[in-house]
Amino acid sequence: MLMNGAQAILESLRREEVDIVFGYPGGAVLDLYDAVYQAKFPHILTRHEQGAVHAADGYARATGKVGVCFATSGPGATNLITGIATANMDSIPMVCITGQVGNPYIGKDSFQEADIVGITTPITKHNYLVKKVEQLPRVIKEAFFIARTGRPGPVVIDIAKDVFSTQFEYEYPKTVNLRGYSGEFTGKEEEIVAAVEAIKNAKRPLFFIGGGLTLSGQSRLFREVVKMSGIPVITSLMGLGCVPSSDEGFLGMVGMHGSYAANMAVQQCDLLITLGARFDDRVTGKLSAFAPNAKIVHFEVDKAEINKNVPVEYPVFGDLRWSMPIFLNLMIRSCDNYEKQIQEWREHVIAMNKEHPFAYNHEANTILPQQLIETVSKLVDDDTIVVTDVGQHQMWAAQFFNSRKPRQFLTSGGLGTMGYGLPAAMGAKLAKPEHKVVVFTGDGSVMMNIQELATMADNNIDVKIVLLHNSVLGMVYQWQKLFYGHRFSNTIMDTKVDFVKLAEAMGIKGVRIQGLDGFEANLQAALEGEGATLIDVILPPNEDVLPMVAPGAQLDNMVLGE
Amino acid sequence: MKKYNLAILVDNKPGVLTHVSGLISRRAFNIESISAGYTEETDVTRINIEVSVEDKHELEQVINQLSKLIDIIKIVNLGEVDSIVRELVLLKVRANRETLKDIRNIVDVFRGKIVDISPENVVIEITGSQGKIEAICEMMAQFEIIEIARTGTIAISRGPVPVKNM
Ligand SMILES: Cc1ncc(C[n+]2csc(CCOP(=O)(O)OP(=O)(O)O)c2C)c(N)n1
Ligand SMILES: [Mg+2]
Repeated sequence: MLMNGAQAILESLRREEVDIVFGYPGGAVLDLYDAVYQAKFPHILTRHEQGAVHAADGYARATGKVGVCFATSGPGATNLITGIATANMDSIPMVCITGQVGNPYIGKDSFQEADIVGITTPITKHNYLVKKVEQLPRVIKEAFFIARTGRPGPVVIDIAKDVFSTQFEYEYPKTVNLRGYSGEFTGKEEEIVAAVEAIKNAKRPLFFIGGGLTLSGQSRLFREVVKMSGIPVITSLMGLGCVPSSDEGFLGMVGMHGSYAANMAVQQCDLLITLGARFDDRVTGKLSAFAPNAKIVHFEVDKAEINKNVPVEYPVFGDLRWSMPIFLNLMIRSCDNYEKQIQEWREHVIAMNKEHPFAYNHEANTILPQQLIETVSKLVDDDTIVVTDVGQHQMWAAQFFNSRKPRQFLTSGGLGTMGYGLPAAMGAKLAKPEHKVVVFTGDGSVMMNIQELATMADNNIDVKIVLLHNSVLGMVYQWQKLFYGHRFSNTIMDTKVDFVKLAEAMGIKGVRIQGLDGFEANLQAALEGEGATLIDVILPPNEDVLPMVAPGAQLDNMVLGE
Repeated sequence: MKKYNLAILVDNKPGVLTHVSGLISRRAFNIESISAGYTEETDVTRINIEVSVEDKHELEQVINQLSKLIDIIKIVNLGEVDSIVRELVLLKVRANRETLKDIRNIVDVFRGKIVDISPENVVIEITGSQGKIEAICEMMAQFEIIEIARTGTIAISRGPVPVKNM
């Protein structure tokens, strides 16, 4: 079929079952946007390219599909960088299409030229510069394949301006042919057998799950393994939701702000069975003192993660989609009556968890942030998607929100990107319109992509924004309190901003909640109302996220503050 | 620190060198030398890298991280198989009528070649292992080395099996 490059892109997106694109136009992508207009391709105009890329990310996290965004050359493309890096750190499948200056202008420091392939190389799974229209179909096909297979990640396609307008005979390839990348990650069954053998002989086994379990879509099978074996479970921030937080054997998040029981269990277990996690420093604390009594089993799709930070005795290399069913079968066959074998250990960790739950002062005469999250958790249904920004509120959300299902706790884990929340929540809501979407944000973070309130308003994207308004850059403030002698350099925000009025000015509802009087009823009304709403909840500035393992300290060395 | 020679076969596509060098810098790997060239297959480029690593574990990281790059077809650690390692060096050395004979003798001992000569200098071409190259440089220092150009090491395994079939 004869068409131009821009039409070819949209046709290819359709074949990849892309049902919405987020983006922002400009000179280099005028032809692409003309094609969008003519084809009426579903497109959301965000108010900043960073909004577009995080929205595509939120869409991808909520669905497991590839998120797509468009931006123009130069500043448009560089505005995507934070979002691409965010997606890359958390292995989120995404395709970003950027315009580049026309072929004759490349390399001449032309107007709005930036070397996007060069800039994005360290923060993408792969990237392309397309200079000839004939390459487009193959490149797009490859980009989607690379983004969603194996360990997913963002792919950037930078396209010279003249490519969009050049006519050619379009044909979409049926298959991908990459010599160095098959997209299949099948390992050796013996490795699973060895892992199960180790589990059989363990006395104090512990499951440690990460974002890889969410991404692989294997949490249902995992829950079965947990149920039949009784092995207790801890999670990284990215694994929240794979096991309901209310499960008895679920000890919660591990690491710097992990639960007492999760951190102690790591230090006491004799076998740490890890699935799709990468032993980030926020998880391990002092590396040399991490899990000192344990051998480690590591189910992992990315070979470079095995032995990267911690030595692994039982590697199981391969996609969880391959290994999980085999693992479950072997467990059923060989771990009969296992629950009995580890009963004492299980009871011990559950008791620790009951004795030291995430806690706060229930007698305070103001609303406390932990209580706010707990109350929201109680008020919303099981299908609610929670999105967070970055800071104390993010950690409280991880601790106090009862995550019930995978792909319903969306947060920037690896990069810790303030400003992620609002746009990602929009992407999630557009992906899952029938689900309630609640974003927990801070008074610092919310301002980093505040312009997206306009996108929400203009497109009727019903997101409930719970603003934890503590008048400080709380997480940094907490570190200054603990490690910098209370010198609160540039973290106190005595701002004159009225967030309720700001929300209203942008075209969404604004509600303020202050004081315990009618707190829950007002909160409920705001959460259950129609349309996007910003709920400005006034909180004291002095709450700390606890427990806390100081950076570089070992996990059982926690500040509890009880 | 131990040095290893890696042979990397990559798709001969634009951007490949950006990807390889980008990864090396991002992961802070220590590279002694890197060189690239066409191969017996037109669409395949071979990149030769000599890495410096603390231990086997770090070497494994380098290989596993590089393997993840989409355009890398194959990567082989030639330090693990019996192989021949060479580097080509061009040396510009100060010379005059008095010193020329001594220089020529040394070059002969090292089985190098004088490929250019002028009243003030000679250019010496020499290939060999790093040890040999260091030795000749040391010998030439007495005459003054004006300039050195080195290719970095390349390596190939002994026997009939090519890297692509390893
Ligand atoms: C883009 C970006 N800039 C800076 C930081 C460093 N940082 C981490 S948490 C934080 C404070 C966040 O403040 P707020 O959104 O009010 O959340 P709180 O901690 O008060 O709940 C800062 C500045 C970051 N993570 N991201
Ligand atoms: Mg704050």
